Amino acid sequence: MAHSADTAHVTRRDFLLVASSTAAAVGGAIALWPFIDQMNPAADTLALKEVEFDLAPIVAGQIVTIEWQKKPVFIRRRTPEEVASAEGAALADMKDPQADKDRVQKAEWLILVATCTHLGCIPSNLFKGEFGGWLCPCHGSHYDTSGRIRKGPAPKNLEVPPYQFLSDTKVLIGAAPKPTAPAEHG
Amino acid sequence: MAHGTYSYQPKNAFTKWLDSRLPILRLMDETMLQFPTPKNLNYWYTFGGILTFMLVLQILTGVVLAMHYVPHETMAFDSVERIMRDVNYGWLLRYLHSNGASMFFIAVYLHIFRGLYYGSYKAPREVLWLLGIVIYLLMMATGFLGYTLPWGQMSFWGATVITNFFSAIPFVGEAVTQWLWGSFAVDNSTLQRFFSLHYLLPFVIAGVVVLHIWALHVPGNNNPLGIDVKGAADTVAFHPYYTTKDLFALVVFIMVMCYFVFFNPNFLGHADNYIPANRLVTPPHIVPEWYYLPLYAVLRSVPDKLIGVLLMFGAILVWAFLPWLDRSSVRSYKFRPVSRQLFFILLIVTWILGMLGAQSVDGDFEFYFGLVLPISKLFLSQICTIYYFLHFLVITPLVSMNEKALPVPESIATAVLAKNSSAPKARTTG
Repeated sequence: MAHSADTAHVTRRDFLLVASSTAAAVGGAIALWPFIDQMNPAADTLALKEVEFDLAPIVAGQIVTIEWQKKPVFIRRRTPEEVASAEGAALADMKDPQADKDRVQKAEWLILVATCTHLGCIPSNLFKGEFGGWLCPCHGSHYDTSGRIRKGPAPKNLEVPPYQFLSDTKVLIGAAPKPTAPAEHG
Repeated sequence: MAHGTYSYQPKNAFTKWLDSRLPILRLMDETMLQFPTPKNLNYWYTFGGILTFMLVLQILTGVVLAMHYVPHETMAFDSVERIMRDVNYGWLLRYLHSNGASMFFIAVYLHIFRGLYYGSYKAPREVLWLLGIVIYLLMMATGFLGYTLPWGQMSFWGATVITNFFSAIPFVGEAVTQWLWGSFAVDNSTLQRFFSLHYLLPFVIAGVVVLHIWALHVPGNNNPLGIDVKGAADTVAFHPYYTTKDLFALVVFIMVMCYFVFFNPNFLGHADNYIPANRLVTPPHIVPEWYYLPLYAVLRSVPDKLIGVLLMFGAILVWAFLPWLDRSSVRSYKFRPVSRQLFFILLIVTWILGMLGAQSVDGDFEFYFGLVLPISKLFLSQICTIYYFLHFLVITPLVSMNEKALPVPESIATAVLAKNSSAPKARTTG
């Protein structure tokens, strides 16, 4: 309204029209929200938060797949060679560089969400790929023994879920790690 | 109705009464019976009618299948097996529906390529073409949602891969995928909403089809010569000339469908989908339904998730710009020698992309007859993807601006008459 002549033409009717159509638009948008939000995970789905797992039967070199929040999770008891190769890998070559020690709480135990970060397939336990970790059969992503993406279309490393060790042989997946837990490496 | 010289005359007291209140008989008469149609349409123009039939068939078989199907993760697979084994004619209805989807896509691809070849996308039919793209996208969505419902291994993992496309969206990708799933992975909540939407979308398609036919009836049909209708001599009434032609083509088409339904019902499917969904085991080789294969190859050609997904959607959206990328004043590729050859090259490239989409990622290209060509699949899919986009974005504008078109006939009527006057001569020499 640069010109005072224009403002003279703005009537009470114009104001009411703008105000009421704005109220209708905002109200309509708010009324739409329940129809959108109903598709988000429901309360019972969100309740499937934590899973406890007994590590004792797993031998070195073995990979176990369990289910957490309807997602597969790998629990891998790494051999010393696998740990060494994970810790020794040069970060500079990586697409999503992250040190191995930032991805494990105990070097022996690698716990990962087993969902390829490309399009959600489960990387293969049988075909370990060029870096000794996992090969995703769908579109050929290679992960190393720390679950880091090393080759192929996946953009990120396999996700590390929140977990805490309840004892030496018991792990609770879905729970935030205890802040006081001493870091044990090697 | 630009060239109509006809008019609807209600014949009895009831139709006169109705015509002044709801002129529905007039509408049907004008659009389906008397509608003036170019007299030179060939059999490539019968797929519109065939597609309408297929939509009705899919809705009918779908509605009755929904009377027996249970959209729940613990019961979906078994309910489909019950349809196959116990429900009266359940096997027939399901095989009609699953093979019907494939036949629907065969028809739509022929329909689209016919539109490309005869320049049907060009002015004044741009809106018709755009509505066709909308229908095709809705068909892709409906086909994908339907493939999820039997809840076999391919259903589950296909759903996982496709919904994960949305995780490529920066920042909100994860929230969007969880919203789509209603969970942290593909889940029962996903199956139930997919069933709801699979039932809804065909009716949305039907609505857009009405708009598509409306947009067809304003300028009228294009034709193999790609020239405008100039007068009544160029047209015939839709009925009985094209109703008969469409019906004949439909019968032949249904015979092809019957071969698949009765003699090879699982040829176009994948054996792994007869294994119940297992969220802890990914099948060694996930392949989408055949009608998505070229797009799947485009997706896999790029070692970057976001770009791969964008290119895949871009491969269809690029069609939307074609009416403006093609600068030629001649519609039909019949009279555009260079465009004509490029059209067939595009067909071959798309076919190769489809073959690549069906093969595993690594290794060399597997040609037919067990022949492996010494070219890596990844490299070949990149070449083909680049060519596909170049065809639309660079080659088409450049060629259409510089190409010297062949002489175009004066009118449809003269072209048809010239063809017919030479026919008896051919008969006597033959």
